[in-house]
Amino acid sequence: MLAVNFLLLAAVLFCIGVYGVIARRNAVMVLMSIELILNAVNLNLIAFAVMNGNQDGQVFALYVIAIAAAEVGVGLAMVLMIYRNRKSIALDELSEMKG
Amino acid sequence: MVAAEVAQLSSGWFLENAWLIGLIPAVGFAVIILFGKKLPMQGSEIGLGTLGASLVIATGAGIQWMQRTNSAETEEAAAGVLRGVARALPRASEGGAAEPFIEPVSSTWVWWQNSGLEFGLGSSIDGLSVMLLWLVAFISFLVQIFSLDYVRGDRRYTHFFAAMTLFSSGMLIMVMADNMVQVILGWEIMGLCSFLLIGHWWEEEANSVAALKAFFTVRVGDVGLLVGTAILFFGANQYAVDNLDTNGFDLDAIQAWALSGQASTWTIVMAAIALFIACIGKSGQFPLHTWLPDAMAGPTPVSSLLHSSTMVVAGVFLVAQIYPVFWEGFNIANGGLSFIAVIGGITIVISALLAFVQDDIKKVLAYSTVSQLGYMMLGLGVGAWLPAVFHIFTHAFFKCCLFLCAGSVSHSGSHHSFDMKKDMGGLRKFMPITFGAWVVSTLALTGVFPFAGFWSKDEIIDNVGNNGYTFLFWVGLGGAALTAGYMTRATYLVFFGEPRGAAAGEHHDDHVVHADDHALVGAATHSLSAATNTDDGHGDHADDDHGHGDHGHDDHGPHESGKLILFPIVVLAFLATVSGFTNATPLGESWEQFKKYVEPRPEAVAFDAIIASGPGESVQLVVPAVAPAVEDDGHGEGAGDDGHSTGCGRGEPEAATACFFPAVVHAEPKFAKILLSLAVVAAGYAAAIAFCIAFYKRRDPRLVGLTQRSRVARAGYKFLANKYYLDHLYEKIIVRGVAHPIADAAYWINQKVLDGAVNGVGEGGKRAGNWVYDNIDQKLVDGAVNGSGLVASESGHAMQPMQSGKVNQYGALLFGAAAVGAIVLVILNVS
Repeated sequence: MLAVNFLLLAAVLFCIGVYGVIARRNAVMVLMSIELILNAVNLNLIAFAVMNGNQDGQVFALYVIAIAAAEVGVGLAMVLMIYRNRKSIALDELSEMKG
Repeated sequence: MVAAEVAQLSSGWFLENAWLIGLIPAVGFAVIILFGKKLPMQGSEIGLGTLGASLVIATGAGIQWMQRTNSAETEEAAAGVLRGVARALPRASEGGAAEPFIEPVSSTWVWWQNSGLEFGLGSSIDGLSVMLLWLVAFISFLVQIFSLDYVRGDRRYTHFFAAMTLFSSGMLIMVMADNMVQVILGWEIMGLCSFLLIGHWWEEEANSVAALKAFFTVRVGDVGLLVGTAILFFGANQYAVDNLDTNGFDLDAIQAWALSGQASTWTIVMAAIALFIACIGKSGQFPLHTWLPDAMAGPTPVSSLLHSSTMVVAGVFLVAQIYPVFWEGFNIANGGLSFIAVIGGITIVISALLAFVQDDIKKVLAYSTVSQLGYMMLGLGVGAWLPAVFHIFTHAFFKCCLFLCAGSVSHSGSHHSFDMKKDMGGLRKFMPITFGAWVVSTLALTGVFPFAGFWSKDEIIDNVGNNGYTFLFWVGLGGAALTAGYMTRATYLVFFGEPRGAAAGEHHDDHVVHADDHALVGAATHSLSAATNTDDGHGDHADDDHGHGDHGHDDHGPHESGKLILFPIVVLAFLATVSGFTNATPLGESWEQFKKYVEPRPEAVAFDAIIASGPGESVQLVVPAVAPAVEDDGHGEGAGDDGHSTGCGRGEPEAATACFFPAVVHAEPKFAKILLSLAVVAAGYAAAIAFCIAFYKRRDPRLVGLTQRSRVARAGYKFLANKYYLDHLYEKIIVRGVAHPIADAAYWINQKVLDGAVNGVGEGGKRAGNWVYDNIDQKLVDGAVNGSGLVASESGHAMQPMQSGKVNQYGALLFGAAAVGAIVLVILNVS
C-alpha cells in the first residue's frame, strides 16, 4: 500500500474542489466543492495516520467531519435565505459582502 | 509482590463501591434543585430515596467490613505462627494474640495529576469510616423522615431538602476520604450547607445573623485546616513518595509518616496545632463554641442533624482519622498534657455550666452537645481513642433523639415556641411518647446504667484516669454530674409542673414565631402571628392525615405529634437504650465489637504489602516474612522509658515497615470506678431534682430571688447569662478593638497620605501633561497619526477592488494566498 496513491487522490480531489469554489456560479455547487476540499484533507490525515501507525490523525479527521457537517448546515441555511429573497442562488449576482 | 506470602482478605461489592454512598446524595441534591418543585412530593422523595440508598450501601459495607476483619483472623489461624505475621507484642488487654493490620479498601478516581502528584476522589474504607458512614446515613435518613411532617408547607420546602441532602453528602464525602483534599472538600460543603440551613428563615434578621456567625466562626478555624494540610503535605510528601508510592495528601501516608519517627518534631507539632484549631472551630470547642448555640436559629431537624452526626462531629472525626499526627505532635504516648485534652476538659465544664442558665430548650441541648464533644476531645487527647469514637456513635443516637423530641414538643406541644419557662410545663400528660423518648435519651446522655451513654462516657472517664490524668478524670466526673443537673432542669421545666403559656393553650402575640411556622410568609407575619396561626397554621394541622385531628381535644392545646415525627424518635430512643452494648467493655472481651472492628490494629506493615494495593486494585495484604520483634529501646524517642510498652507509636517502626495507628492503652474496667461514676451521676440527679422541686414547684423563699439578694450569685448568674462575655470579647473587643482601629487608620491614611500623594501627583501630572501636549502630542504623535491615516486611506483605495463582494473571487484569493503560503513553507523547509 503506497501512501503516495492516497496523497495523489487527495491532491486531485482538492484541486477539483478549488476549481469548483472559484468557477461555479451556483452556491450549492460551491458548498459541495468545499466538502470535496475538506474530504481531501481528511484523506490526507488518515493516510498519514495509517502510515505512521498513529491514531491522532483519524481522531482529527472525525473532528473535521463533524465541523464540515456544521459548516454545510449553516451554508445551506444561508443559501435558502438568499433564494427566498432573490429567487436565485447565482453567486455572481451577489455583492452584499462588498466592503 | 511475593505470591506465596499473599494473604487474601475478603472484600466485596459494597466495600469497593462505597464511594457511591457519598455520590448518591450529591447527585440527589442536584436533582432536587433542578426538578424538585415539579415532583409530587416537592423533592423530599429524592432526598429520602438517595439517603435510603446510601444507608443500604453503608449497611452492606459495614457487614462486609466485619467479614473482612473476620477473614483476616481465619487467615491468621490457618497460616499459623510459622508465618510470624504480626509482631509478638501483646495488645494491652489480650494475651498476646497476634492480629494483622487490616488494610482499608480503597477505590479512587484520579481527577488531576501533574508530575506524579495525583489528586483523587474516592473512598478508603476502614473500620472508623464505615462506622461513621453508616451512622451519618442512618441519622440523616431518620431526620429527613422527621422533616417530612415538621417542615410541611414551608415556603422553601424543596430547598430545605436539597440543602439537607447536600449536607449529609458533604459529611459522607469527608468521612470516606482517603486524602486531605477530599477532606477539605467535604468539610467546606458542610460549612456552606450549615450556613444555608441555619439561615433557612432568613427573613428574620436574627436567623441570618446566626448563619453568618456560624459561617465566619467556622471559617476562622478553617484557616487552620488549610495551613495544617499544607504543612502535612510538605512534611510527609517525601516519605510518602519514597516508601508508599503515593503523595503527601494521602491519609495513610500521613499516618505512616507521623509514626515513622522520621518526622521533624516541629513540623508535626505545628501541623497538629493548626489542624486542631480547625477542629475547635468545627466541633464547637472552647473558645470557638459560641456559634453552636446561635445555630439553633435553624429548623429543628437541622439542629438535630448538625449536632448528632454531621458537622460538629467532623472535627472529632478528623482528629480520630489522622490520630498519629496528634499522637506524636502532642506527645500523647508519654502522657504529655496535650492541647486537645486541656481544651476538651475546659469545654466540658464551661458549656455544662452555660446549659444551666438557658431558657431555650434547644440551647440547653446545644450546650450539652458542646460539652459532650468536649468529652470526645478529652478522650482523644489522652489516648483513649476507642471510647471517644464509641462516644461519637452513641451520642449521635441520643442527642439526635433529644433534638427531635424538642422539635416534637414545639411542633405539637408549645405552639412553635422553644421557651421552656414561658411556654412549656406539664407536657408529659399530653405527649407520653415524646416524654418517654426524652427520658430514655436523657438517661443515656447522663450515663445511667444500662443506657448507651453509660458505656461510652464512663469508658472515656475511666481511660482518662487510667492514663494518668487524675485532674482531668475529676473534671470528667464533675461534667457528668453537671450533665445530670441541667438535663433534670430541662426535663422538669418541659414535662413536669403546671402547663404555662402556649402549653396551657394560651396564645400570646409576642412569642417568637419559630422553626416550623406553617404560615411563615416573611417577616411581616411576625406581628400577625397569633391570628395567622390560629386560622391557617393549625387549620393545616387538623387536616393532616396522620393523626393530628383524631385526638379529639382542642387543636390549639398541646397534643402528641403525628406518626412521621414519632417514628424516628422511637427508633432513636430504642437505639439510645441498646447501642451501648455494641462495645460494653465491662461485660468482657466478647462484647467489644468496636475494639474488634473499628479500632485499627497497631501493627507494622511491610512496604511491599502496602504498595500491592494500588487504587482500584483488589486489596491484598502481604505479611512481612520475618516477624519484626522490636523489644529494644534502641530506637530512642521516648520508647518505653516510662513504663509504656513499645509498639507502634512508641518509637520508630522496624525498617521497611510502616505503622498506621499507635498502640493505645485500654483501661481495665474496674467495678469501683463504675460505682464511683454512677454515684456522681446519682448525686447530680438528686441535687438537681431537689433544686427543681424547691425552686420551681414550691418557690422556696431561700432560693427565689437569690440572684437579687446575693451579690455573688448575681455576679455568677450574670457571668453565665452573658456566656462568659466571649461574644462581647469577639464582637466588642476583637472586632471593634482590632478591626475598627485598622479601619480608622486606613481612613486616615486614605485621606491624608494617599489623597495628598494623589493630589500632588495630579498637579505634577497636569504640568507635565501641558508640556507633553504642546511638544510631543501636537507635533510628533499627531504627525505620526495623520501620516499613518493617510497611508491607510491610500492603501485602502488601492485595495478596494478586491472587496468585490463576489464569493468566487474571495475563494480564489483565499486559495491563492494558501498556495503562496505553501510555496514559502516548502522553500523554507527545503533550504
